[in-house]
Amino acid sequence: MLKKISKSPFKGTPEQEAQLKAIIEENKHDSSMLMHVMQQAQAIYGYLPFEVQVMIAEGMDIPLEKVYGVSTFYAQFSLSPKGKYNIAVCLGTACYVKGSQALLDELSKQLGIGPGECTEDGQFSLEATRCIGACGLAPVLNVNEDVYGKLVPDQIAGIIEKYKNA
Amino acid sequence: MEMVNIKINGMPLSVPNGITILEAARYAGIEIPTLCYLKDINEIGACRICMVEVKGARSLVTACVYPVNEGMEVFTNTEKVRQSRKTTLELILSTHRKDCLSCIRSGNCELQKLCKEFGVDDEHAFDGEMPAFEFDDSAAHMVRDNSKCILCRRCVAACNEQKVSVIGANARGFDTHISSAFDKDLADVSCISCGQCIVNCPTGAIYEKDDTKAVFAAINDPEKFVIVNTAPSIRVTLGEAFGMSIGSNVTGKMVAALRRLGFDKVFDTDFAADLTIMEEAYELLDRIKNGGTLPMITSCSPGWIKYCEHYYPDQLNHLSTCKSPQQMFGAITKTWYAQKMGIDPKDIVVVGIMPCTAKKFETKRDHQSASGYPDVDYALTTRELARMIDTAGIYFNHLPDEEFDNPLGESTGAAVIFGATGGVMEAALRTAVEVLTGEELQSLDFTEVRGQGIKEASYNVAGLDVKVAVASGAAAAHEIMEKVKNGTADYQFIEIMGCPGGCVNGGGQPIQHAVVHNFVDLKGRRAAALYEADKNLPKRKSHESEAVKKVYAEFLGEPNSHKAHEVLHTSYVKRPKYK
Repeated sequence: MLKKISKSPFKGTPEQEAQLKAIIEENKHDSSMLMHVMQQAQAIYGYLPFEVQVMIAEGMDIPLEKVYGVSTFYAQFSLSPKGKYNIAVCLGTACYVKGSQALLDELSKQLGIGPGECTEDGQFSLEATRCIGACGLAPVLNVNEDVYGKLVPDQIAGIIEKYKNA
Repeated sequence: MEMVNIKINGMPLSVPNGITILEAARYAGIEIPTLCYLKDINEIGACRICMVEVKGARSLVTACVYPVNEGMEVFTNTEKVRQSRKTTLELILSTHRKDCLSCIRSGNCELQKLCKEFGVDDEHAFDGEMPAFEFDDSAAHMVRDNSKCILCRRCVAACNEQKVSVIGANARGFDTHISSAFDKDLADVSCISCGQCIVNCPTGAIYEKDDTKAVFAAINDPEKFVIVNTAPSIRVTLGEAFGMSIGSNVTGKMVAALRRLGFDKVFDTDFAADLTIMEEAYELLDRIKNGGTLPMITSCSPGWIKYCEHYYPDQLNHLSTCKSPQQMFGAITKTWYAQKMGIDPKDIVVVGIMPCTAKKFETKRDHQSASGYPDVDYALTTRELARMIDTAGIYFNHLPDEEFDNPLGESTGAAVIFGATGGVMEAALRTAVEVLTGEELQSLDFTEVRGQGIKEASYNVAGLDVKVAVASGAAAAHEIMEKVKNGTADYQFIEIMGCPGGCVNGGGQPIQHAVVHNFVDLKGRRAAALYEADKNLPKRKSHESEAVKKVYAEFLGEPNSHKAHEVLHTSYVKRPKYK
């Protein structure tokens, strides 16, 4: 699936930038460390927006397009920030046959975002995952570390409500 | 060289150890088809068209990257091989927008040619879901249409080879597509408009913006006086578009064709190349004498200029302020020539025939309108001219040889060699030496600055040591500019061209298939034709051009005069690398 590029403004702090620059400095002479630097950058910022990828490209002397190519190839990299609450809907085989696509569709409708995107207020992000190993609870979703199983779409509104007021 | 004994289709053969099956097959007179392979720059074995059978191998192997070894037996034409290639082609077609009848590459498409050769009889064999295609016509010079892309990555390799790297393969699997970082439009990234991606594309996925309709319309407009001028290299490449051998000089036929297309005057950009030399040589001497910024770098190549503006924005004062020959031609045409002929410059349409896609961008730059109107209205590539000649039903190969019109059709051998890397430098040296010493040169051939790669030379000119360098291709430019930036470039004068080999290998030249790029010295053969033309011309020094002398006497005064600056010089802008 094509990754969604976040349109919300970049909110990096000087501390984050200093952290990333230190990692780039350590690795800038070895282009094979690109993946490592990108993983560290994602750990710092939560995602890899344009501004962060430019810092990596310039710092490592690697074309921005190559950095972007890597970031769109591997599933581990995100181009959208994670919300305060990341909702991960399992689309593994068991959950899928039990109707998890309908859960995802309902979430998309209520939050106004697609998978891989984050709400403008930064509260919620939505993600479709592979099997998370909780097939007995299918269909299942996670909100950060909380697990919700055996769901039907009608329960979605209540779950969102719970975190909105949290 | 260590040799190994192999058999290809049963034919015994001794070939150098370590070469690929693809290369070995050429020794046997067998051409193995390729799509993604570009020698040295795209050896990725991705497209699977070059599959051959090797005795003892578990499956078919990719000939383009598989090295030969002692005793190897290769079969290039078995039923299994033919079927594999056909299936590969059918799979490529399953996500290819198949509108071949109206495709710009119809008749010159490598995919189309292979489909014919391997008997693809059902182009819909694997029809199914199509990827989401983007269509990017944001850039001034070209269009990217991913619906025709076969993901061979030759454009990516060409862009990387230029050290520009603004396009690449993004996403994965079915979603894989060629685009710029963050899928930005080409106009919003640091593309230098060189068009090397275009001349390396096997299909119609990348092509120049077509201005032929607008030019036909201008020709048909009775109010317009339409003047065409042809860049130095066009005369040795246009013939390729009509099946002639590489390096054919078709100057006379080209002029005849342009006249039959209906242009009011057929002039030569070479006139302006001679003029450029006058301005540039005097600018250089002025900088040397008066402590100006050195080294001075040539400004004829708009691809190079855009590269410098994006990648070395703090070094722009090294660039000669001279407009390129195309723009000087337009400027003189719409000022001096317009006055002389009593034509209002607003009614003049100047059309350049250029080896270059960046020239399209150049016509739209600021400070390129000496008469108050754009110096040049349209820059057509060699390919566009060939299409106009086809459309007009002109049988090019049977045309008589005709001469350029006067006065702006006169030029010297110094101008002709502008089309090859080192040519501007050599032309400038011929003039600078004679002007400075006041003596006639014994030999006009500055062979040290000819040929491929970065070249350096030192000359003693009237007691003055002049050290020069020549580079072509943006990667070589990068190498030189790093030296300029850190102050270790001890040259006075540098020639840089945006494309490897100079204009003969420009992004607007006739498209040759990969097999030619891989196994023929395309740049060398085209350049050789230019040096041959120079050798045979009666005048070979820019300052001897009567037309140039006349323009100075009647209009500009001296080289680098105030008037010359108004008409023939320009300025540059810092451009961001990222937007």
